[in-house]
Amino acid sequence: MTGTILFQAIVFLAGAVVCVPIAKRFGLSAVLGYLLAGILIGPFLLGFVGEEGEDILHFAEFGVVMMLFLIGLEIEPRNFWNMRKTIVGMGGLQVAATMGLSFLMFALMGFGWKVALAISMAVALSSTAIVLQTLKEKGLMNTTAGAASFSVLLFQDIIVIFMLGALPLLSVAGHSAESDDHHGGINLLEGLPLGLQTLVIISSVALVVLAGRYLFVPMLRLVARTGVRELLIASALLIVLAISLLMELAGLSPALGAFLGGVVLATSEFKHELESTLEPFKDLLLGLFFMAVGASINFVVVGENPLMISGLVVGIILLKALVLFIVGAVFNMKLDQRLLMTVSLAQIGEFAFVLFSFAFQLEILGRAVTDMMLVVTAISMTLTPILAILNERLVLPRFGTKESVERPMDEVEKSSKVILVGFGHFGNTVGRFLRAFGVEPTVLDFDSNRVDFLRKMGFKVFYGDASRMDLLESAGIAEADILITTIGNPGVTANLVKRVREKYPHVKLMVRAQNRYDAYELLNIGVENVYRESLDTSVKLASDVLSEMGFRKYTLHRQAQQFIRSDEESLRRLASQPRNEEAYIFKARQEIAAQEKLLEEDRRRGLLEDDHSWDSEQMRMAKR
Amino acid sequence: MKKVLILFAHPRFEQSRTNKALIQNIQDMEGVTFHDLYERYPDFHIDIPYEKNLLAQHEVIVWHHPFYWYSCPPLMKQWIDLVLEYGWAYGPQGNALAGKQCLQIITTGGSAKVYCSEGRNLYSINEFLRPFEQTARLCQMEYLSPFAVMGTHRLSQEDLEKFAWQYRQVIDYLQEGKSLQSLKDCVFQTDIPELSNLSKS
Repeated sequence: MTGTILFQAIVFLAGAVVCVPIAKRFGLSAVLGYLLAGILIGPFLLGFVGEEGEDILHFAEFGVVMMLFLIGLEIEPRNFWNMRKTIVGMGGLQVAATMGLSFLMFALMGFGWKVALAISMAVALSSTAIVLQTLKEKGLMNTTAGAASFSVLLFQDIIVIFMLGALPLLSVAGHSAESDDHHGGINLLEGLPLGLQTLVIISSVALVVLAGRYLFVPMLRLVARTGVRELLIASALLIVLAISLLMELAGLSPALGAFLGGVVLATSEFKHELESTLEPFKDLLLGLFFMAVGASINFVVVGENPLMISGLVVGIILLKALVLFIVGAVFNMKLDQRLLMTVSLAQIGEFAFVLFSFAFQLEILGRAVTDMMLVVTAISMTLTPILAILNERLVLPRFGTKESVERPMDEVEKSSKVILVGFGHFGNTVGRFLRAFGVEPTVLDFDSNRVDFLRKMGFKVFYGDASRMDLLESAGIAEADILITTIGNPGVTANLVKRVREKYPHVKLMVRAQNRYDAYELLNIGVENVYRESLDTSVKLASDVLSEMGFRKYTLHRQAQQFIRSDEESLRRLASQPRNEEAYIFKARQEIAAQEKLLEEDRRRGLLEDDHSWDSEQMRMAKR
Repeated sequence: MKKVLILFAHPRFEQSRTNKALIQNIQDMEGVTFHDLYERYPDFHIDIPYEKNLLAQHEVIVWHHPFYWYSCPPLMKQWIDLVLEYGWAYGPQGNALAGKQCLQIITTGGSAKVYCSEGRNLYSINEFLRPFEQTARLCQMEYLSPFAVMGTHRLSQEDLEKFAWQYRQVIDYLQEGKSLQSLKDCVFQTDIPELSNLSKS
C-alpha cells in the first residue's frame, strides 16, 4: 500500500494540508498539527506510512539543517560572539545537570552504568526543530527566554559531536558497528588519534568560515549576474548541502555547520535572497520532519508497557524541567521567562534518534530499550506544544508576571479612557507623548520585562496577549473611549480590531499600520484612523534631502504636508477599489501594480510647480 | 561697531527677485547676522530662548519682510507674538530691548503713488506700519523711518541694484552709528508727501 514515492508524497502532503489548518483553527501551533498528522498517517492509525518513516526522518532532518542556516543568517557574527558566555554557561550547566540526574535515575532503575550513561546523553538534548519553530511561530525569539533557549540548543548541537565520539568507547563489543547509519561519516575519524580529530574539526569549521567569505559570496555574485532565478535556488541549496556533507565527513553536526555558514553569510548582500529562497524548503522539510516524528511513535511498544512508558515520559520531562528551571534561576531569569524556557526545552530532541540508533548498533542498548526510548523521545516531542499551551493558558497567568496589578487605593484613579496596546518602539513614543499631556493610557503589552519596567514607571499595565478579549475587558475596554494599537504584526492587529469593532463599537480605534496594504485592510474593516509608519518619516527624509539640495524649508514643509494629504486621499480611494485578497501568491505583482498606479497619480497631479501662493510673478505678468 | 540682526521673513523667498537682490549684498557683511526665519522655522515652532539670546547680542534690529495685505507675513507676526514677552521686552522689568534701534525694511508690489490719501490704498506706508512702530516703542526701542522698496513688479535690474546698494549703505551707517538722515537719496518713508509725485497721481 505504501509502495511508490508518488503515493508517499501525496500522503504526507495531504496529511499536512488537512491537519495543520485544523490545528491552526483551534489556535494550536502548526508544529502540533504536523505531529498529529504524522500520528494519523502513521503505521498504527491509518497505516499509510510504514517502516520507511525512519528514512523519511533522516531525510527530513535537512529541514533542521536549513532552519539553523536561516537562523545563522539572522545573526551577525559580532552578536554571535557576544552570546558565547550564555551558550557555554547555560548550555553547559543544563547538559551536565540533566545528564547527571538522568544517569542517577536510570542507574537506580537498574540499568547498567553504560546503558544509563548512553541514555542520559540523549536525554540531555532538546529538540532544536520543535523549540525554534514554536518560538518563531509565536514571535518569541527575541525575548529573554527565546535567546536563552537558543543558546542552550546551540550548545547541545556542539556537545552532540562529543557524545557521538564518546559512544563507541562505551561499546561492550569494543568495535564500531559496520554502519549504514547516515552518520556513517563518524567512522572516518575513528581511527585517528584525538589530537588529529580535533585538528580536523577545527579546520573544517575554518573551512566553512573561509568558504562562506571567499567561495560562496563570489559564487552567488556570479549566479546573480546570470539573472536566472532558479540558479540562485540551486546555489542556495548547494551551499547548505555542501556544508552538511563537509560537517558529516568531519563528524560534526550538519546543523551546527549550517548555522556557522549562515552566520558567515549574514553580512553578505545575499542575506535576504538566501532567506526568501530557502524559507519554503525549510518549512516543508520541517513539516515533513514533524510528521515523521509523529509517525515514528510505535504504539505497539506503548501498548506493551504503557505504565513504564508514561512513567518515563513524565519522569524525564519533569527532570529536564527541574534542571532548566534551576538553570534559569542561576542566570537570573524572571519567573515567567524561566517557565517559558523550561516548558520549551523539556522534551528529548531529534538527536536522541541518532544517538539511540547509534548506541543500538554499538550494542550498548538492547532492542527493547532502544525501542522504548525512541517512543519516549517521540512522545515527549509531541507533548511539547501541548505543554506550551498549558503553560501559556494556565500557569503563566497565575505565576508569571501578573496580568494586572492592583494600584494602591490612595492613588487617585484617573479613569483611564485610553487603552494603548503594545509598548514597543512605536507604542513607547505614543505613550510618552500622551503622558506629557498628563494622559495616562492603560497599557497592554506581552513582554514581561517591559511590563515590569513600565509598572515601576507608574503606568497601569496589563500583561498578556492583547488579542484575548478577556484581557482587554479587564483593562476596561467597555468604558474606554479610545483604543490605540501599535502592534507590529498586521495579522494580530486586524484580528484585534475586528473583534473590538464587533463587540465594542463605541470605542474609537486609532491603529498603526505598517504599510499601504495593511492600511487598505484596516480601512476596509472600517477603521477610520489609520497611521502608516512608512508615510510621515519618509516624506520628512525626502524633504530634508531636498533642503540639502537648496530648496527652501518652508516651501518643502507645505508641500510635504500637501503630499501626505494627497497620499492619504489616494489611500482611501484605492482602498475602496476591489482587490483579490485571496491571490496571495501574486501579492508581489499586485504591489507593483499598485505602485504603478500611485506614480501615475503623482504624475497626473503634476509637479509642485503650480503653487501660486505668495507668487508675485503672476502679478508682474498681469501688469505688463 | 554696532551689531546688526536682520530678521528676514519671506514665505516664498525663492520666487522673489527683489528680495534676492536686496539680500545679496548684506548677507555676508561682517557684524551682520542674517536670520532667515522661514528657513529656520518652517513649522512655525519658534525657539524663544534662542531668539531672545540673539536679540540680546545685537544693538540694531532689522525687520525685513515683504508687505502683504498691509502687514507682515504670518511668521513675522508669530515671532513678535512669541519672542517679545511680557516682563522681558515690555511691561515691568521688560527692558531687554531698551535703547536698541529698530528698522523695518519692506518691499511692496504697489508703487509709492498708491500709498497716500489720494491713492488706491488710501493710507501711507507709515500709517500702515503704525502697529510695528508702536510695538518697537513699547519695547523702548528707537523706531527708525522705514525703508521701503516699492513697485517691485516694475523694477528694472538697474533699479534693483540701486536699492541693494542703498540697503548696504543703510546697514553700514547703522553699524557706524551714523544718522540715517544724511542718506538723502534713500527711500525712507516719512509722512511728508513728495509734492512732485503728488501732482501727477
